[in-house]
Amino acid sequence: MTGVRLRGLRIEIDAQSVVDGVDLDVAPGECIAIVGESGAGKSLTARALLGMLPDGAHMTVDELRIDGTDAAALGENGWRGLRGRRIALVSQDALAALDPLRRIGREVAEPMEIHGLHRGRRDERVVQLLESVSLPEAEQRARSHPHELSGGMRQRALIASALAGDPAVLVADEATTALDATVQARILSLLRSIADQGRAVLFISHDFAAVRRVADRVLVMREGRIIEQGTVAEVMTSPREAYTRALIAASAATPRTQIGEAGEVLLQVRAVSKRFERPAVVEASFTLASGRTLGIVGESGSAKTTLARMLVGAERPDEGSLDWTRAQRVQLVHQNPLGAFDPRWTVGRSISEALQAAGIPGGGRRRAVVRLLSEVGLDEALAARRPRQLSGGQRQRAAIARALAADPQVLVLDEPVSALDPTVRARVLDLLSRLQVERQLTMVFVSHDLAVIAAVCDDVLVMRDGAIVEQGRVADVFTAPQHPFTRELVAAAL
Amino acid sequence: MRHALIRTAGIAASAVLVLWGAATLAFLAFRIIPGDAVSVMLGPQAKVSEAVKAGVRAELGLDRPPLEQYVSYVGGLLRGDLGTSYQLRMPVSEVIGRQLGPTLQLTVLALLIAILIALVVALLARRGLARAVVVTGELIVLSSPVFWIGIVLLAVFAFGLGWFPVAGTRSPATVVLPALTLALPVSALISQVLRDGIDEAERQPFAETVRSRGAGPARLVLRHSLRHGAAGALTLTAYLIGSLLGGAVLVETVFARPGLGRVTLTAIVDRDLPVVAGVIMLSAAVFVVVNVVVELLHPLIDPRLRVRPAAFEAPAIEERR
Amino acid sequence: MIARRTALILAVMFLAAVALAALFPDALATHDPLRADVRSALEAPGAAHLFGTDQSGRDVFSRVVHGAGRSVGIGLLATLLAVAVGLVLGSLSGVAPRLLDSAAMRATDILLAFPEFLIALIVVAVLGPGPVNVAIAVTIAAVPVYIRLARTQTRTLRIAEHVEAARILGVGPVRTFTRHVAPAVLGSLSVLATIGIGSSILAAAGLSFLGLGPSEPAPEWGLMLSGGRNVLGRAWWISVFPGLAITLTVISATVIGRSLRARVEGRRA
Repeated sequence: MTGVRLRGLRIEIDAQSVVDGVDLDVAPGECIAIVGESGAGKSLTARALLGMLPDGAHMTVDELRIDGTDAAALGENGWRGLRGRRIALVSQDALAALDPLRRIGREVAEPMEIHGLHRGRRDERVVQLLESVSLPEAEQRARSHPHELSGGMRQRALIASALAGDPAVLVADEATTALDATVQARILSLLRSIADQGRAVLFISHDFAAVRRVADRVLVMREGRIIEQGTVAEVMTSPREAYTRALIAASAATPRTQIGEAGEVLLQVRAVSKRFERPAVVEASFTLASGRTLGIVGESGSAKTTLARMLVGAERPDEGSLDWTRAQRVQLVHQNPLGAFDPRWTVGRSISEALQAAGIPGGGRRRAVVRLLSEVGLDEALAARRPRQLSGGQRQRAAIARALAADPQVLVLDEPVSALDPTVRARVLDLLSRLQVERQLTMVFVSHDLAVIAAVCDDVLVMRDGAIVEQGRVADVFTAPQHPFTRELVAAAL
Repeated sequence: MRHALIRTAGIAASAVLVLWGAATLAFLAFRIIPGDAVSVMLGPQAKVSEAVKAGVRAELGLDRPPLEQYVSYVGGLLRGDLGTSYQLRMPVSEVIGRQLGPTLQLTVLALLIAILIALVVALLARRGLARAVVVTGELIVLSSPVFWIGIVLLAVFAFGLGWFPVAGTRSPATVVLPALTLALPVSALISQVLRDGIDEAERQPFAETVRSRGAGPARLVLRHSLRHGAAGALTLTAYLIGSLLGGAVLVETVFARPGLGRVTLTAIVDRDLPVVAGVIMLSAAVFVVVNVVVELLHPLIDPRLRVRPAAFEAPAIEERR
Repeated sequence: MIARRTALILAVMFLAAVALAALFPDALATHDPLRADVRSALEAPGAAHLFGTDQSGRDVFSRVVHGAGRSVGIGLLATLLAVAVGLVLGSLSGVAPRLLDSAAMRATDILLAFPEFLIALIVVAVLGPGPVNVAIAVTIAAVPVYIRLARTQTRTLRIAEHVEAARILGVGPVRTFTRHVAPAVLGSLSVLATIGIGSSILAAAGLSFLGLGPSEPAPEWGLMLSGGRNVLGRAWWISVFPGLAITLTVISATVIGRSLRARVEGRRA
């Protein structure tokens, strides 16, 4: 049997077990997915199949066959014969995964050069490969550099380079994670078709929604072990483990159950426009009602962050107006909490500074910091740490705590959960719901992820290239989208 | 195409500006130094009558209004006339031109040796003990005055072991120690930047992709990382040339070689201002040429710096997620 | 790691010794640095004279000790002045309107393309030789690097996310500057300065070696090196020890500077 046959994979790093007894079978023509959160060991497992573990990692395996070859005891030279020729890797973010100084054509040709294939016909083969991954104008693209192509095209080129050696096995490690939803859907189809053509495809992801579109069977991995497996249909409709259920729930769109009562209109935005070198926001108009959560959704380049910053006052519109009915305290939770904290200061000091700016006198500040931290579910000991020393989820909570120091009435959150694992994400979203009720906040939630918007927001603005193409209640817009772009987004995500 | 023209025009304008700035600076500097130029030139001891001084002044054209002097100076520069040496009564261009050869020989040879050493060291000594030794060596070389390195090499290899001649330019062997001396600090700089560039490149995700295709370390370095490292090293070129020029002055003194070093030093001590100005202009010209070449070469090595009109859908600025 | 630790300790110890020599030369020196005794000329290093004697019979060790103040002093002085000037000019450029800032940076970049020694040489060429002019030249040569760094840091920090975040939270502009921008800029400059002292020392030594600085019989390391050049075959110690002093001083300053930088960046990163 060709494809991959793996039994008893164990990986240790610095005497700590990180993968503990993984078995895996991938047959030609099928796509197997490994799903899990960061730290589960899925990437390490994928790298083990290529013999590319990081320094300091030790691997033992009972059996490992790749495309019929026994790889269990291969040395580095043996592995080099396999890599690219019998098994290939497609990783995340082609902008970083392709050499930016080399032309696409050279990158695609490299596996052929390394393994001595198709001598004399390589240029032809390159164009063929690029066409096979549906890259239009393949000859011209072969002469371009990675930064000249869009994200989706780059990923296709990366896949083409992985296929250049005609490997029997393809390992896709988070290959679609960095892409916009619409592009992601298309690349997933491409991967599916590669499997259908007879290769064995291993798909690693943290996103069940993506897995559903591309895989036949799925293995759920947690802390180095496979805790559940089965066909995609089985696992997703009747998961046995609680953890699996949590993962599935985190990537599905559960519509918001409690709809806040529409209060008074707090803000009226009229035909607001802004340009930097190119137009950013283009004639945006909407209203913000108190007590509700407004979602701003769009893909990269849609200027949703710029719009959010205008709400906070960090940017001023070139044209149009933002009319607040009354002076409001508006605070922002940044997209990148690591960047938003002074790296030299402890978290406690940063929050204290925010309190000082809000007018809280010196004496009460220490207590206020502790109170804020507990409000967002953080232990007071974390106040003495620096941002780098916190986990992603903790940093996000700390950023929220700091924004709350000013006791805002409106809270604008820019992609607050995009970089978080699904279970952590769920907990932070719960926190935000709770805070909204307890503090009677009006929230504006910017995200590219429709599932998150659907779970958290009452109303939504759909943005594309700086303009609002559709707006309304989440329930209406997502179930019956009017604008073609909204339809595309919804189809890709939900 | 239009963009390329604008860019070239910009580079040309920059070059002209720098040269003009250097010329003006040189001219101004001599007019603002305290003391009358002729007295300074003749030295404080010279007991010369005012009439003779006036005569010298007139002869050298120092009694004309400053603006006129400036215009004639710049005009002369455009014609390639750098003025006349006060001390040697020869055209400055001739003074410099005669000594340019040996200095050029020395610096070019030194540069070649430096690049060779740097490549070998950066490519071969990348890990473990070799790397530690090399890094320490670089620290020592860069912390040592180049003239001391020359003296140590002289003491050991010329006086001590007798492998090389002690001074002079009689045989090709005389250029070995000076070139090596000059090359060492430059090679340390290049290898540092090269190694950092290569290491940085191999930490990038694309290095993993290259390995996943079955490439060995040799291919990774030679076909990929080296280019990244070289791009970084290229930005250093102007600085390196400057190092070579300054170092040449010192090395020529240590090894008693003829060349621009001796010319410059003599001119400085004798306050022969036209020659000094000439050397400054030469440095500026070299600097400009090197910079232009580097600016033209850089986009060739790093295609991200080339701005072509978008032939395909222009990628939107991707937010980092 | 152990090696790095050892190197740091050695560097600090050496610089302490140099500082001692600079401040209390008479305490360390074994002889009068200016006392010539032709009978003991060109003696090899030994018990009587640790580093030997030069052509005039002067004790090389004592001369090296006495030279510390001059050689290191110039480096220190030049660096301090250059940091001060660079900080002011650089921060001003960082908050100035774009056009002014671009022009200033273009000029600074041109200067930065030249090694310090070359700039110092050009300045001395214009001003004329002499110890004072050398000091001026080395200072001027050191300034551009600090201008560049101060300006880059100021500009980057002004638009940095955490600075903007502070403003959004309501922290006033002046407070934001003094709390978030200034300390970071000062920190970067200090780290660069410890590494930069080495360059200034080397530039000053180079100019002295060429005879453009202090004149005989002053004990100055660069000058001593040139003095020993002509008798190199017979008395290598006259040139080698002063050169060694320069090298070890610069190495020590660099090692300390790099470790400081690693510490600061570790905290920053």
